[in-house]
This record gives sequence, C-alpha cells and structure tokens, in this order.
Amino acid sequence: MVSLSEKNLPSADVTPDQLEQGSSLWHDAWARLRKNQLAVAGGLVLLVLTLLCVGGPWFSQTYQDQNLDLGATPPGAAHWLGTDTLGRDLFARLLYGGRISIMVGLVATFVALTIGVTYGAVAGFLGGKTDRVMMRIVDIMYALPFTIFVILLMVFMKEPSEKLDGWLRGTLHLEGLQGVGNMVLLFAAIGAVEWLTMARIVRGQVLSIRRMEFIEAARSLGYGRRRIIFRHIIPNVLGPIIVYATLTVPAVMMLEAFLSFLGLGVQPPMSSWGALIKDGAEKMEEFWWLLVFPGSVFSLTLFSLNFLGDGLRDALDVRASND
Amino acid sequence: MRTRLTLLLAVATLLGSGCAKKEAALTANSGSNPTPRKVLHFGNGTEPQDIDPAIVTGTPEYRLLQTFSEGLVSEDPDMQIIPGAAERWEISPDGLTYTFHLRADGKWSNGDGVTAQDFVATYERMLNPVLACQYAYMLYNHVVGAKAFYDGKTTDFSTVGLKARDARTLVVTLTQPAPFLLHAMNHYAWYPVHIATVKKFGGLTQRSTAWTRPGNYVGNGPYVLKKWIPNQIIVAERSPTYWDRARVKIDEIDLYPIELADTEERMFRTGQLDVTNEVPLTKLAVYRREHPESVHVDPYNGLYFYRFNVQRKPFDDVRVRRALALAIDRESLVKNVTLADETPAYNFVPQNLLGYRSEHTFKADLTEARRLLAAAGYPDGRGFPRADLLYNTLEKHKTIAEALQQMWVKNLGINITLVNEEWKVYIDDQHSRNFQFQRAGWIADYIDPHVFFDLWETGGGNNDSNWGNAEYDRLLHTALGAPNNPARYAIYQKMEQILIAEMPVLPLFNYTRARLISPRVKGFYSTPLDNYPWKYADLAP
Amino acid sequence: MLRFIARRLLETIPVLFIIVTATFFMIRFVPGGPFTAEKAVTPEVMRNLERAYNLDQPLWRQYAGYLGKVVFHGDLGPSFKYPNRTVNEIIADKLPVSLELGAISLALALAVGLPLGVLAAIKRNTWLDYLCSSVAMIGICVPTFVLGPLLVLTFAIHYGWFNASGWYGPIDRVLPSLTLGCVYAAYVARLTRGGMLEVLNQDYIRTARAKGASEVRVIFRHALRGGLLPVVSFLGPAIAGILTGSFVIETIFQIPGLGREFVNSAFNRDYTLVLGTVILYAALLIGLNLVVDIVQVWLNPKLKFE
Repeated sequence: MVSLSEKNLPSADVTPDQLEQGSSLWHDAWARLRKNQLAVAGGLVLLVLTLLCVGGPWFSQTYQDQNLDLGATPPGAAHWLGTDTLGRDLFARLLYGGRISIMVGLVATFVALTIGVTYGAVAGFLGGKTDRVMMRIVDIMYALPFTIFVILLMVFMKEPSEKLDGWLRGTLHLEGLQGVGNMVLLFAAIGAVEWLTMARIVRGQVLSIRRMEFIEAARSLGYGRRRIIFRHIIPNVLGPIIVYATLTVPAVMMLEAFLSFLGLGVQPPMSSWGALIKDGAEKMEEFWWLLVFPGSVFSLTLFSLNFLGDGLRDALDVRASND
Repeated sequence: MRTRLTLLLAVATLLGSGCAKKEAALTANSGSNPTPRKVLHFGNGTEPQDIDPAIVTGTPEYRLLQTFSEGLVSEDPDMQIIPGAAERWEISPDGLTYTFHLRADGKWSNGDGVTAQDFVATYERMLNPVLACQYAYMLYNHVVGAKAFYDGKTTDFSTVGLKARDARTLVVTLTQPAPFLLHAMNHYAWYPVHIATVKKFGGLTQRSTAWTRPGNYVGNGPYVLKKWIPNQIIVAERSPTYWDRARVKIDEIDLYPIELADTEERMFRTGQLDVTNEVPLTKLAVYRREHPESVHVDPYNGLYFYRFNVQRKPFDDVRVRRALALAIDRESLVKNVTLADETPAYNFVPQNLLGYRSEHTFKADLTEARRLLAAAGYPDGRGFPRADLLYNTLEKHKTIAEALQQMWVKNLGINITLVNEEWKVYIDDQHSRNFQFQRAGWIADYIDPHVFFDLWETGGGNNDSNWGNAEYDRLLHTALGAPNNPARYAIYQKMEQILIAEMPVLPLFNYTRARLISPRVKGFYSTPLDNYPWKYADLAP
Repeated sequence: MLRFIARRLLETIPVLFIIVTATFFMIRFVPGGPFTAEKAVTPEVMRNLERAYNLDQPLWRQYAGYLGKVVFHGDLGPSFKYPNRTVNEIIADKLPVSLELGAISLALALAVGLPLGVLAAIKRNTWLDYLCSSVAMIGICVPTFVLGPLLVLTFAIHYGWFNASGWYGPIDRVLPSLTLGCVYAAYVARLTRGGMLEVLNQDYIRTARAKGASEVRVIFRHALRGGLLPVVSFLGPAIAGILTGSFVIETIFQIPGLGREFVNSAFNRDYTLVLGTVILYAALLIGLNLVVDIVQVWLNPKLKFE
C-alpha cells in the first residue's frame, strides 16, 4: 500500500513538499555555513588549491622534464619548491599530482559515500532478514584479500581498458585522456573497499533512530520506504557521515599510492600526492623539501576539508541551538 | 573515569620496561668468558625460505648455506678455488672425470665424519624427481646419466656418474667438458646434507620437513645453527667440529632478516648492525661525505638490462633495437640515478670476469642512433608506435625507467610508455613473452663468463627475448670443448660480436653491492657473488 | 540475546564458507604461482614441483582436499614459500606478536582518542575544540611511514633511548605502538566528536539538562552512550585490522608479526598462507562485528536484538 501511493502520485506528491522543505533547509544551511569563518576559510583554501592544480600546470614548468646533472636542489628562484633527485621541478609535480589526488580523493570518496550510505541506510531501516543478509555480504567483502582482488581486476580488465585507450587515441585523438580506463579501474578498486566501513557506520546510526518518533510519524503518514530513507533517515545521520567522509579522503589518497604499486593508477613520470609523500619520506633526512612541501599541501587540504566538513555538519544540523 | 584508568594503564605498560636498551642485541652471552665473545650483527636481506640446499633459491639463503655447510671446493674472497670438504682433486686430461679426495678430519656438527657416500646420497636426493629440487639442473646438465635419472627413465642411481670409490674418494663423470665446474660446485646445489638427519625428520623426498630447524639441523660448515626466530633473527655459532675451526675468528654471527634498507641504515646508526645488506641510495652520498670509512661498494656479478621481445613491433627491427641502445647516456645514468658506482655496460658480460675482457663493445652514438631510427622508418621518431616498457614495481627501476624515457624523448623523439606490474605478474608476462620490452637483471650463480653467454642460447629457459642465432648456439657449445681458457675466451669474443650486431637486449650497467660496514669488522667485503667466506673475517674488540 | 548470538554464530558458517571458496579460486586465477621465479624453473622441474604439491590435480579436487583438511583436522597445510613451516605454525608464532602490538596500540588510541573527541564536542567551536581537532587531524595527515621513521630518528637515534627496530624487550614495544596508536587515536577522536555532537542536541539530553543533572552526569551517563555509536561501528573492522597486524609498521620496525604475512603471502602466491590468514581475519572480523552489534544494543536501549 505504501509503495502504491508513491507510484500513483509521483510528481504531485513530491514537488511542492520538496520545494518547500528543501529550499528552506538548504537556504538556512547555506546562511549558517557562511557565518562559520573557519568553514568558509577551509572552503576557500580548497577552491584555490583545486584551481591551482587544474589551471596551474599551464603556467608552471613541466612535471617530466629532467636535469640529471642538477639532481635534487633546495627551493630557490629557478625552482620555487626545489627539485627531486632527477632534477624535476617539485612545484610542477605537486600541481600535476594534485589533479590526480584531488580527483581520486573526491570521486572515490563520493563513490564510497553513495554506495555505503545507501546500503547502510537500507539495511538499517529494513532490518530483519534483509539487514542480516546485507551485513553478512559486507563481512564477506571485508575479508576477501584486497591485493588479490586488485590484481585480478587488472588482469581481467586489461583488454577493455586498453581498447578504451586505443579508441581515445585512434578515433578521438584525445591522447591526453589516455589512461582513463586505468583511472576507472582505480575508482572501482577503491570504491570496492572504502564503502564497507561507511555502510556499517550508517547502519548503526540508522538502527538507533529508526524507532524514533519522527520516523514512526513518517511511516504512519504512509510515506514510501524510499522517501523515508532518503528524506528522513539519511538527513538525520548526516553528521557521522560527513565526519567519516572527511576521514575517507586521506585514506583514499594514500590507498592510491599503494595501488600504484600494483600498477593501478597514475603512470610515471606523472605522480600523485601520495606517491610524492612516499618518495619524500624515504629521502627526508637528505632532501627535506621533498617531504615537507607535499606533506604540507596534503595536510592543508585535509585541514580545510575537515573544517569545511565540520561547518557543513553544523549547518545541516536542524536541531542545533544557536549557541 | 574509566577512560583515565585506561590511559594510566597504557602509559604504565609503555614505560614499565624502563631502560632496557641494548639488551635487545640478544647476544646469547654464555656467562663470564675471559675473552669477550666476538658477535657480528649482519643484515641479511629478506627472510630466508629454508636452509635446505635442495629447496632454496635466493641470495640470503646462499649466504646462510655457506655459513652452515661447505661443498667439496670453496672460494677464497678473491674467488680463487680453494679446498673445502675435499682436500685435493684431479681432473682427467679430457676434462670429463673429476676425482675428489675428502679430508680425513671433515666432520658434521654432530661429530660424524663427512664421507663420499654422504655426497652421493645428497646428490641422489637432489636428483630425485619426487623432491622436485629447483636447482637439479645444476647437476643434470653436466653429470653422466643424471638427466635420465631425474626424468625417471631409470631408478638405478649407479647409472649416474656420481660415485663413491671409498669413504674418502668421490668420482664425478661429466657428459661434456665444463671448464667452470669447480666454480659451479661452490654453489649450494652441490653442498652436502646430513642424510641421517633428513631421514629422521620426514624423509628424503619430502619438501616440508623440520630437519632444518634449530636443534635438528646438522651441517658441515664453519658455523652451526643455534636459533632461528622467523622474521627476527638467525643465530649462527662457531662450529666446534669444523675442520678449519682454528681459522674461524668470529664466535657468533647474528643474521637479521630486514627488508627495508632504511630500517637497516637506522639500525646501523644505533649500533644494532655491523654490516648492512644494502644502503638507501640517497644516504650513500651522505655516508661518503661524513663516514667514508663505513661505505663499501664492490662489484657484483650481474647485468642490468632491458630485454626486447624481438617478435613484437617495433623491436622486431634490429635497427630500432640498436638505435635505442646507442641513444642513452649510461655514464649520466650511473652517476646521477643509480648512484652506487655501477659500471656502464657496453657489452653483455661483466668486464674482467675471471680474466675475460670483451674486445667488442659499442659506444653511445647519437648520430648513428638517429640514422638507424630513420632507416627503420621513424625519422625523428615520427610514426613510432606505442611501445610499453614493462618493469616490476620498485623505486629504483621506476627512476631508471623515467630517466631513460626522457633520454629517448630528447635524443630520438620517441615517447615510450612506462608500465609497472607486481613482481609475479611481471615475471609471468616475461616468461610468457607478453611484453614489448622489459627491464631485467641477471645475477650469475657462479663465476664464469659462460653463465652470461648461456643465457642467450636459442630457446634457453631464461632467454625470453624470442631471439636466436644458430651460429651463436654452435659457438656456445664449441667453447665448452676448448682446450684452455684463452681459447675458450677467444670464442666468446666472437659471440659478443653477434650480440652487439643483433642487440637482443639492451645492456645498461653491471651491478655493484653497496654496504655499510662498521670499522670494527675486519677483512670483510662483498665478493662478486655477494657472498663471503666467513672464516676470513674478524672483529676488532 | 542468547538466541541472537546463537543465530549469528550459525550464520558464520556459510559466510566463512563463501570467503574461503572465493579466496581459494581467486588466488588461483591470479597470474604467477608459488614457483614463478626470475630464473625460470625448467619444465621438468615445474612438473615435479606441481606433483609434489598436488597442483597437477583438477582444481575442484584440490579445493575439496583443502577444505577437508581444514574442516576435519584444522590443518591449514604447509607453506609454499617457507617449506619447513606449516601455516598453523606461522600463525601460532606471529599472531601473538601482532595481538600484543595491536592491543597496546588500541589501548593507546582509545585512551587518547576518546577524551580528545569528548572534550572537543563539549567545548564545541572554542579554541579547545580547535586544539583537540587539530591534534587529531595531525594524526590523520601524518602517515605511519612518515611518523615511524620520525619517531625512530628522534628517540632512537638522536636521544638513544630505544632500539631503531626489532621486537626483543618490552622497551621495543614503545615506538611501534605509538606509531600505530596515533592513527587510530585520530580516527577515534574525530568520530567521537562527531557522534557526541549528534547526541548533545537530542531531546533526551536537553531533558536531562533541564532536569538539573550535572554536566558531567549528562555527558557520561547519557550522551556518551549514544555518542559512541559511530566509534563502535568503526571499531569492529578496525580492531580486526589492528589485531592482525600492520604491514607498514611491522616492516619499518622489523617486527615478526602477522601483518606482513597478509601482504607478502599474496605477493608470494603462497596459496595456503593466503587462505590461512584470510580465514583467521574473517573469523576475527565476524566475531568483532557480532560484539559491535551487541554493544550497539547495550548502548541504545531502544534497540532490540532481532
């Protein structure tokens, strides 16, 4: 009966309600967010970093040009952030690497978030047998050896991925887009693991509120399950979701560095923040700048993301008092 | 409140141990010796698989086997053949029969005498197909009848040319002359095992047995196995029964399996290690500047190269292969990238290996490289197809590949693609020839130029380049029958000419072994096999 | 509750079965095998090797044989890479080391992370909150492979208080546990703060406050229960991970723990060791997730075991 009403009155039922509720909720949230200076600062820093990484490489030096005789040099006028052991400009490598890392961090986190939140919310809300089966599936996915999964993924997807590259190169002449197949695989690999913990957290939260009065009220009003989950349940567990999402971003960026060990992800001479930090960590005693600058940018990104996340959480918290 | 308690507990656990610094060294100090025990702390690379010579395949294991056992012959630190379990030997004029006379005072660590029968039984076990020893070919490639026995065509070991004439005389008969046999015999494939012990703990044909555990193990080498904690430490103690024990000066060797060069280097700094297995590349320059006395770089019997698949485009064209080989600056690569005094390689055999010096080398030559590339149909690199360079994931390989990639872009205008794979996937692709060109290395098992020529025989198990040349194969076999080394080396010169003209692989440099060695270690260095006869080493108090 | 636990334990059997089966076949389809080596093994030797390990038999028969041994004898088989040790022995040797390291790190993580998170939540948007949050963020921004060497350089090499690596005396536990604990402390702090904030605005907390309960009582009796939910959900898999060892830390500090085997066995294609470690991890994970679900009910009386 519940699903019937939804099917009968799709747009008529949803639209006015959504407009009314949605506009005020998001509008208020936006207003609150703007008042939070730290969150605004965090957002701005993220924006600037992203713009720099996207646009910067057009005016910086190239990431691959080497000067073997120069080798690693400390920051100076010619190379603002110094050079690596092959004499490559670190600033340029950071910017190019940022493209990869920011994209991986955001896209993969988004993938993990979408799957994990939906999965966890559905399992938690439906409960019973469905929940048990869904959670046992999560247990199974957790326990399967990740390294082996990734190697298999690459072996079986190698041909389709190369075909895609060949098509991009041959038919579309978009040589710059080569490796897209590889990147898609990368997202698939990361997405396959990172959503699991998210699903468990969301399920735990949902279980704790599914018996609360406002959910019961929504039920008694005859709202459909989908509507309850996406409109009533998820908004009320957004806090932990946002917090865990901000924790997923650094984990994903570092996971990317591990996956490149297996040959998945960026191909040298291109780099990523994770790879740069790994490289810098090995050489930190001799060439401090190789660790300090990538590490700082990485940290700056995470701090900003975090403050933005906290601000968002506060802004979306409908019950928050104004203190 | 509960939280605070947990905190307190944790702090107490952490600090409770006080300052137990350096008890860590785990030196099994056996009370109050008048002279202090000499204990060497040695970084031994990865965790050894085992110390059964019929099972293992790696260098850390090689070092351990040399610690705990000894073959018929041995090598001194300058790689000259010296007596081992055999005190002398005769070689028949046709080079086919070797007669070894075992020393009378040769003893196993349990006091048994080392006999010729021990060797024969060891080799019978080695060649037993059920045991499936990976190095069995080291025997069956040379010894009469061994292949037939290994293939199961006969089960009668008396048909094999390995015989004990009496307890102290061993006769080895070969199918064809092998001038390098004595050097090859210092490889562990030829080391004896204590058969009674092997039988006692699981039998001769069982791969998974406990006979190599501390307490069970019996060996005939300068040290005995005292303790083995996997991934932690192996303690070797001076053997009281070894025939040359008077020469062994270090009382105990602690071998630590450490995978990370950085960890080793830090342990070296805190004094936990006397000798490291490697040196982190960027630290090498620092040590050279600040502690030159600790840095030791020695030649290593191996070649680092890129292997072409000569059946895949564009490397089916010898001009492309030669162009790539001629267009790189190996001096700069060695000086700025690999950093450990490697020798740039312009031929296919490490120079001056057992007196062999190649007269035929090629030179880096940009004009010629560009001409060749144009002749192959890619003037200035135009139209050059996608070429993937495959390497296994390791920082060093990546850096070298990146440097070379840029050299080829600059010098030839071709842009190769770098592809890395996890080790076993990469090896699988190599052996199934599923690559265009790949990074590779070859470390010889024993000292002789033959090892490096044998590699490129048509269809050879480790050739993997799809390259073959009938004349080359013929020369390889003629060389083995050469009356003496100069005559043999003359044939090798001709073979190198063929290799340079055909360039099935692109030689880059010959390896070196860099180590940090504490000044208190005396008389120790890495031999070209990355091995060292311990009895020549000493420790200053 | 007993019925709940019994049912869950019963469910474990098919779950473990699926995990073992999937892993068994997955690893066989990965390129390269235990004897794939740079120096190619000759075809004759390879045939004999495969015979010695029954790898020449049809895959289903190998699978049946393996499963039979595991189920009826608890025998995980010999290791391919380390032939003189069995998988049972390797796990028995190394699990205690990882458990010890994990337990200390976990205690440290909770001891530091929980107070930091609670404090940050109570003093929300004050300088104290920013301080606590920033400390936690540093733990997240500094990866273990940077923190570990930094600690060694400072306390082992500069001050000479510790060994640079190794796992001999109690003193050797300090630096690795600190390194591992820091990461988890940061996660715990962040999740605690987030969870507490969710709860602090709930009606029942307001009610408690309105009734005049002291702030300490409100926090510890009421808020902490609900606020810990996300942490608890996170801790299930996290503890399973932390107790079975950390590859990076065990490698940096040369610790003979199980964490390295998880990664290296896959790289070595040590089929039996991969399966052994996976079974162990799966059992631990399922057990801990069960504990988590029980704790969740205990934390939130509105929930029921179902």
